[in-house]
Amino acid sequence: MNPTTGDGKKSGRPGMEPSLWEISRSGARGVRPVSQPVETTDLPPFLCRKIPPGLPELSELETVRHFTRLSQLSRGVDTHFYPLGSCTMKYNPKVMDRVPALSGFQDLHPLTDEEGMQGYLEALWTFSELLKEVLGMDAVTLAPAAGAHGELTGILLARKFFRKRGEFARTEILVPDSAHGTNPASASMGGFTVRTIASKPSGHIDLDALTGALSERTALVMVTAPSTLGLFEEELPEVVRRVKAAGALLYMDGANMNAFLGVLRPGDLGFDIVHINTHKTLATPHGGGGPGSGPVGVRAHLAPFLPNPRIVRSGKTFSLSDLPDSIGRIRSFHGSSGVLLRALAYIRMLGQDGLRRVSLYALLNANYLRKKLEGLLPGTGEGLCTHEFVLSARSLEKTGVRAVDLAKGLLDAGYYAPTIYFPLIVPEALMIEPTECESRAMLDGFADDLTRLVRLAGTDPGKLLGAPERTPVSRPDEVRAARDPVLVDPRSSGESPS
Amino acid sequence: MTETRRYTRTHEWVAPADVPGEWNVGITDFAQKEVTDVVFVELPKVGRTLPRGGEAAIIESVKAAFSIYAPASGTIVAVNPDLESDPGLLNRDPYGKGWIFRFKAGHPEEINDLMDEGAYAKFLKDGGGHPEHG
Repeated sequence: MNPTTGDGKKSGRPGMEPSLWEISRSGARGVRPVSQPVETTDLPPFLCRKIPPGLPELSELETVRHFTRLSQLSRGVDTHFYPLGSCTMKYNPKVMDRVPALSGFQDLHPLTDEEGMQGYLEALWTFSELLKEVLGMDAVTLAPAAGAHGELTGILLARKFFRKRGEFARTEILVPDSAHGTNPASASMGGFTVRTIASKPSGHIDLDALTGALSERTALVMVTAPSTLGLFEEELPEVVRRVKAAGALLYMDGANMNAFLGVLRPGDLGFDIVHINTHKTLATPHGGGGPGSGPVGVRAHLAPFLPNPRIVRSGKTFSLSDLPDSIGRIRSFHGSSGVLLRALAYIRMLGQDGLRRVSLYALLNANYLRKKLEGLLPGTGEGLCTHEFVLSARSLEKTGVRAVDLAKGLLDAGYYAPTIYFPLIVPEALMIEPTECESRAMLDGFADDLTRLVRLAGTDPGKLLGAPERTPVSRPDEVRAARDPVLVDPRSSGESPS
Repeated sequence: MTETRRYTRTHEWVAPADVPGEWNVGITDFAQKEVTDVVFVELPKVGRTLPRGGEAAIIESVKAAFSIYAPASGTIVAVNPDLESDPGLLNRDPYGKGWIFRFKAGHPEEINDLMDEGAYAKFLKDGGGHPEHG
């Protein structure tokens, strides 16, 4: 067995790294424990394995090389331009990693008493105070473990608010179809009935449809601002006025807050509740590098219901306290602390002016790229976009090329692909979000490459339908993977835990 | 039987079943192309009563999940069990073996309000919208 190295060789396609099972050698070992083997267990017998688990066998060095090679085949913000719309794949400055790595944070036991974690509590309290300022809100909870968890928290706050007031008939949540797909899911999970409001052809909220749906049953209206189409709701003040007049609360999905930092504050716009995703706005790790975090800000009338425990300051001392009307605990301990500390460092490092520049550059980069691509493919909305924009590849239909083929072509051109087929309201959507981090040279290069690929659809569509040619795997069989997934490697002969 | 088939703006078709008063429902050829290869179908429960336009089923492709709406009010009397093991039937034979559910119409006149073949063809030609948002 001589595993390939991942370097490009004959065809320009790098070799695929074999799986751990393929490079497994019987008897190979990493570290051999020298202490006495553990002989006894107090686990009940039905929980104990009867035969050893099936695990691949490799030396430590083989294992290190395997994962290092995999990491070299992977694409991320640190290796490629990553215009994955809606996800805000911005660069996370490495210096941020130093903050949670400080021993005062890293070596803190989660069950340390309040007295022993004053610095940690102060850091989280400070972050809450800064977020209140950034969001224009009266109180903030840092507990939610992700953006969608923040949505659920906000929805539970609204439910508690209306119950406390005896308004039990408010059982509906209205969600425009340009909102994030998690909104209706969170609303449903919170025990509400969801009503979808269709957008106008321009992609904006349809005021008439909204007014028609508002009633004494409406608890909450959830607006994604800017919307998933990269549009600012032009009639937002009127939306706010009508929702308030109906006695409902207004929720802002602030997952796209990267467009608004230091420019607009949800509280000033009239929102009662807002969540942000620290990984999309405040430079904390995405996905597998997470965990996520979805702080929620509220106006004063909702503050009594925030999740327990609250961090309270009294002079120079910080303590944890429970609010009597709280919706209760939503997360163990105090949220994703390592992530929150990174986000605090980011705000502190940039300051008010720096945060504002983040958003101004995010807006500028998106509008610059959109302008460069004007006329290539039809887009949504007129005039300026916000931090991202959506193009439709529907016009290439007769060539047989679809959005997915352009995305695959972009992989060969040396980019991560943009988001495709989202938002659902745009056929053959390509959703492009350059973020504030990219240079003009990078945006120019990307525009040239996308232009070349769209022209290629007319002249040599087969080339695009066969793309990508330069990735270790060309087109995985997504359909078969979904219909007939193989989730356990057949070589793992051990019994699976029940 | 295309002359008796009716269509919704959300790209479902409805056609009379063998039993009078009962109707079969599926998605149109346009819709199956639009959603691409279907990988999972969540079927409604037999006996469930739905309002017109109520969510009756969910189909998932590698692209996204799409709701299938009841073309008219009524009660589900049967579902297509073959879709559970072979959701690709929706793509291969959308008007035949890819039918999704059968319902007993509560107000059959609602079906007359739907588009016929010609009107649906024109609807598609004029833009047609998207399976999720007709």
